Amino acid sequence: MSAVSNRNLTTFFIDAIRWNLKGSIGFQIFRVFLLIGMGLGIYAYSFQARFGLSVTGMNDIVSWGFYISNFTFLVGVAAAAVMLILPAYMFHDPDFHRVVIIGEGVAVAALIMCLSFILVDMGGPLQAWHLIPGIGLFNFPSSILAWDVLVLNGYLLLNGLVPAYILYSHYRGRKANEKLYRPFVFLSIFWAFSIHMVTAFLYQGLPARPFWNNPLMGPRFLASAFAAGPALITLILAIIHNTTSYKIDRKVFSKLRLIIVISAIVNLIMLFSEIFKEFYFPTHHSSSAVYLFFGMDGHTALVTWIWTSISVNLAATLVLAFNPGKNNPKVLLPACGFLFIAVWMEKGIGLIVPGLIPSPLGEVVDYLPTLVELGVTLGILCLGITVVTWLIRTALIIEQQYEESRVRLRK
Amino acid sequence: MGFTKKDKAEKIIEDVLEKPSSRRTFLKGASIAMAAGSAALATGCMPSGDDSSSGEMQLRWQEYFKKHYRLMTQKEKDETVDRLERLAKIQDDIDVQIGTEPPIENVLYGYAFNISRCEGFMECVTACVKENNLDRKTNTQYIRIFEMEPGKLDPSTGDGQFYHKVPVENKFYMGVQCFHCENAPCIKACPTKATWREPDGIVVVDYNWCIGCRYCQAACPYFGRRFNWGKGEVPKEELTTKQHYLGNRKRPMGKMEKCTFCIQRTRKGRLPACVDACPTGSRVFGNLLDPDSEIRYVLKHKKVFRMKENIGTQPKFWYFID
Repeated sequence: MSAVSNRNLTTFFIDAIRWNLKGSIGFQIFRVFLLIGMGLGIYAYSFQARFGLSVTGMNDIVSWGFYISNFTFLVGVAAAAVMLILPAYMFHDPDFHRVVIIGEGVAVAALIMCLSFILVDMGGPLQAWHLIPGIGLFNFPSSILAWDVLVLNGYLLLNGLVPAYILYSHYRGRKANEKLYRPFVFLSIFWAFSIHMVTAFLYQGLPARPFWNNPLMGPRFLASAFAAGPALITLILAIIHNTTSYKIDRKVFSKLRLIIVISAIVNLIMLFSEIFKEFYFPTHHSSSAVYLFFGMDGHTALVTWIWTSISVNLAATLVLAFNPGKNNPKVLLPACGFLFIAVWMEKGIGLIVPGLIPSPLGEVVDYLPTLVELGVTLGILCLGITVVTWLIRTALIIEQQYEESRVRLRK
Repeated sequence: MGFTKKDKAEKIIEDVLEKPSSRRTFLKGASIAMAAGSAALATGCMPSGDDSSSGEMQLRWQEYFKKHYRLMTQKEKDETVDRLERLAKIQDDIDVQIGTEPPIENVLYGYAFNISRCEGFMECVTACVKENNLDRKTNTQYIRIFEMEPGKLDPSTGDGQFYHKVPVENKFYMGVQCFHCENAPCIKACPTKATWREPDGIVVVDYNWCIGCRYCQAACPYFGRRFNWGKGEVPKEELTTKQHYLGNRKRPMGKMEKCTFCIQRTRKGRLPACVDACPTGSRVFGNLLDPDSEIRYVLKHKKVFRMKENIGTQPKFWYFID
C-alpha cells in the first residue's frame, strides 16, 4: 500500500481493486458464486436477445412482469438510504455518520440493479440512445418515464459522487470539505424522495389502470420503502459487524429499528385504507383488487402470494414493534429479513401484475415468470451484491485507516 | 488519449455513413461510440467478404443510426424507404413498396360502429390481419369483437373469445380497436416521442424509434396496442406488399404496433380494410371535416356514444344504434 503522501487518483483505484481481490477463502468462494450467478444471467439473457421477450411470461395483457416488479421495489431500497443520510448530515448524528457510507453503497447497488432491470425489460435495448437528450428525442416533461430516467440517473450520480469525494479525501488522509459536499447532500435528500414519488407517479398517472390510479400510491411507496430499505441495511450492518473488524454501535441498530417500525406501521395503515376503499363498496374499478386478493374467473395465481406477504408483513412488524427478545439479534434480524421479503412480495409482483389484470377489456389471464426471467433476475441480483461488496469493502478499509490515523494524530 | 479514441470512432462511423464531417456527426459519433459496438452485435452478421452480406451489413448499419421519422426530410425518408425495400429483397426475397404519403389536407378521420347491425362474422378481423401483415404465429389482432348480453354496453362484460355460429339470438356484437383518441394517454406516456397523432388524426408508431418499454400499452384504456414479443411471421404468399412506413411494413422484434386506420390505404383515399370487408355495413369511416361525409351524417342523425367517456380521452370512434 502506498504511503499517504504519495496517494493519488490512480493509486485510489489500484488500491480499491487490490483490497477487493484479497480476502478470506470464504469471501472468495462467495465471490465465485456471484460470478456464476452473473454468468447464468447472461446465458439466460442470450435467449431473450435471440427470441425477444417472447421467452418471458409476459403478453399483451400482462405487459409488465417480474423485471418491472423488481425494478419498482429496488427504487424503494435505493431511496431508503436517505433514512441514514438525513440523520447523519442534517442532525449530525454521530452514530449514523459512521454507517452512512454503507447506506450510500446499498443505494448505488440498488440503482444499478434498477437500471439493469429496465434495460433487460426493453424490447429494443440497442435503441436506448433514443432516450439521451441531444442525440435522441426525450419526451420531457410530458412522459413520467422520461422523468424517471432523469431522477434515477441523477440519484445514481449524487450517491456515487458525494461518497466518492469523501472517501477520496479520507484516502489521502484529509478531512473532506463539508462546505463543498453539503449542498449535494441536501440535494440528494430531496432527490431520494423524488425517485420514489416519480416511480409511483409512473403508475399513479394512468387512468387506464384504476388499481394504480390512486393518490395513496406515492406516499405508500415511501412508507414501505422506508421500512424495507432500513431492514436490509440492518442486515448488512449486522453482517459487517460480525465478519469484519469494523464494529457498529448498538445504538445504530436500535435507531434503525425505530425507523423501520414507524414506517412499517404507517405502511400497514395505508394498506388497510386501500383495502377498505376497494372492498367496502366494490365498483368495477375494484376488479384488480378482487383478482389479487380472491382470484377471478378461476384465475388465482396471486391469492396465496399476497396473503402470505400480508401475514408475514404483519407478523414481522409486530415482532419489531414489541421486541419480544429484548433486543436479541436472533429475533430482530430474522424479523428484518421477513419484513424485507414481505414488502418485496407486495411492492413487486403484488403491485405491478394485478394492475394489468383484468385487461381494460375485462380479460383475465395469469402471469408466471419463466426460467429466463428468473435467470436474468438472478444475474442482476448477483451484479448488485457484487457492486455492494466492492463498494463497502473499499469504503470500510479507507474509513478504518482514516479513523486510525486520526487517533494517532490526537495522541 | 480519450480524444483520439473518439476521433477514431467518429471516423469509422462517418466512413460507414458516407456523410461529410460536421459538428453534429462528431457529437453523435462521440456519444454513440459505445452503442456502435453493440450495433455490430445487433446486426448479427459480420461481413464475410461476399458482396451481398456486406451490402446488407451497411444497410442495417445505416438503418440503425437513422433519425426519428418526423425529423427526416423527404430525401431522408426516401433513402430509408429505399434501404428497407432493398433489405426486404436481400433478407426475404420479397418486393415491397413502402410509401411515405403525408396526410391529406383538411382531413380528420373518424370512425363509427353500428352495434345494431354487426353480427359477429369477424370478416373485419381477417381482413385486418391480412392487410396489416399481422403476426400469424401469435395470432395478433388489432380488432376484437365482443359478444354482448342485452342491457350491457361495456365490452368487459362481454365474451371476446366466442367461437361458434353467429349471430346468436338475443346477443349483439361490439368491435373494439385503437380509437385514435384526440387526448391519447399513450402519446403522453411514450418517453421517446415514438408515437404521435398525425394531422389527419391517426395515432402512429415509428417502429424504429420505439424502444419497446411498453409504457404506452399500460397507459391505453382500450387495449389498443400490440407488442412484437418475438419475430413476426407472415407467409410470403399472404404478404401485403403495398405498405406505408407508419403502417403495415415489417415490424422489428421488440416494438409496439397498433391499428393505423390502414394508413397505407386511407392516405390514398381508400377505405380501411375492416370497413371494406364488413358484410353487414356496420362500419362507417370518413372525414370529420367534410360536412357531407357519411360519418358526419351518423354523428348528426344517430344516437352515438363513446367508450369510457369519463376519462376524457376523446376517442374518434363512436358506437351508434339504428
